[in-house]
Amino acid sequence: MAQPPPQQPLRTLPPPFNTSAESFELIAQGAESLLYRTTFLSPAQPAALKVRPQKTWRHPTLDKRLTRQRVLAEARVLVKLSGEGIVAGGGGRKVKDPKKKNDGGGDNGGVGALRGLVPAVLALDWERGWLVTEWIDGVTVKLGIYQRDLAADEGVLRGLLGRIGRVVGLLHLAGVVHGDLTTSNMMLRPTRTPGTNADAMARAEEERGEVEVEGGLEGDIVLIDFGLATQSVSDEDRAVDLYVLERAFGSTHPKEEGQFDEVLKAYGESMGKPGKVVLRRLEDVRMRGRKKSMLG
Amino acid sequence: METVSLPHLPDYPLHICLFKDVNNAPFLRQQLLEGNTDFEYAFLDASILLSRNQVLAACFRAINDLLQDRLKSRNVHSEIVFSLSPNNNISESFRRFGVAETSRHILAVKVGGVQSQIEQHLKGSVEGNLVPLTDEQFAELRDESRLRKVYKIGATGNEAEAFVIGSMALKGS
Ligand SMILES: Nc1ncnc2c1ncn2[C@@H]1O[C@H](COP(=O)(O)OP(=O)(O)OP(=O)(O)O)[C@@H](O)[C@H]1O
Ligand SMILES: [Mg+2]
Repeated sequence: MAQPPPQQPLRTLPPPFNTSAESFELIAQGAESLLYRTTFLSPAQPAALKVRPQKTWRHPTLDKRLTRQRVLAEARVLVKLSGEGIVAGGGGRKVKDPKKKNDGGGDNGGVGALRGLVPAVLALDWERGWLVTEWIDGVTVKLGIYQRDLAADEGVLRGLLGRIGRVVGLLHLAGVVHGDLTTSNMMLRPTRTPGTNADAMARAEEERGEVEVEGGLEGDIVLIDFGLATQSVSDEDRAVDLYVLERAFGSTHPKEEGQFDEVLKAYGESMGKPGKVVLRRLEDVRMRGRKKSMLG
Repeated sequence: METVSLPHLPDYPLHICLFKDVNNAPFLRQQLLEGNTDFEYAFLDASILLSRNQVLAACFRAINDLLQDRLKSRNVHSEIVFSLSPNNNISESFRRFGVAETSRHILAVKVGGVQSQIEQHLKGSVEGNLVPLTDEQFAELRDESRLRKVYKIGATGNEAEAFVIGSMALKGS
């Protein structure tokens, strides 16, 4: 594994964060963006700040345009999804007839089930290239699987894979393809019923900095990283989305690869009829993938 | 009155008062129309507010746009009113979110200034009952059907907050 990237000097942050006295914990450094854990509307509310720094090697005008597009694409899709099931028909932001989304009669928990399963957008500045979203507790699915308790019943892993398939199905039904489905772009958020004892204890532990990763794989799958997402209902795009996940899963989790079918099964169940078409299409996409890799 | 310091904007404290059952909305509106400089506040109609976070998000956006030198309206206070709107129509946003002749519950926000003076001035100028700035209060004061119409949503509980704040943040994009 790569070394964690060094802490960036704060002056690289865009305003107003460059003059902030709050703490910024660098969580991830990708090719295009830096992800910090900080606060936002209140000191008690953790938030994820995604910054897309200037690429000095790109033409400034082009760079600005690309940054703007990326930030907006991600925010628009997140906001659209957070309106799932509550946006009134004929609203300003186009959302299709909720009834139509269930056309396959899939077993997906109904329209709006996805709403809480993506981070809420709190603020953005497309000129300056940053986006602040709600902080999602827990670990990435990737880390969750790496740290899983190998002595536990395999049903636990299958349960997780099923939840992944279901959430991807919900996403597709909502008219969005993710574009970069990997196990690092999904969080495993501990399920908490607010107000319960367990919830209070977990919060107290967190405040003491004892965020615990257990061997368990329980929790909600929360999809993150919508930088490459697009609005699409095409079978081909959906199938490619699944293919990307299948390939990424296989290379990241070779030991678990054999169980990936569980994802596809749950996807099919949550999508209903249109899911069958996508799964058939996936076979074509795999075939093309194989041919391509044979040709080099 | 509550003074809120937004995490990344320590130089712009927000002094906020939520008044219930206000009797003199026409007077307050008149001060704004006349441009009375003693009344440099964002006066919001609280019946159209969803939550505390929604208000704070609007303030953040207005102050950030001020710092970035791209206000769409006269000053940071009118910009807070505009920031609540999901669309780009400025005069419509003032009509919808600003204090009107008929407003019954009013949220007053002042960016910067001396807390004690602001508190005294507001308490002396707004004839209403000061109530805490909590989501429970907003829920009690709001006009569900107006809120639904303005944000084009079918629900007005906690579940709508992400969409509402997100729509505000995307405005103008
Ligand atoms: N809202 C969030 N809450 C908690 N952790 C997050 C959140 N968003 C991102 N992370 C963490 O930061 C990592 C990187 O975030 P993300 O995947 O969005 O960025 P990226 O891959 O660098 O983005 P891009 O591919 O768009 O350039 C994630 O794998 C996850 O560990
Ligand atoms: Mg990522």
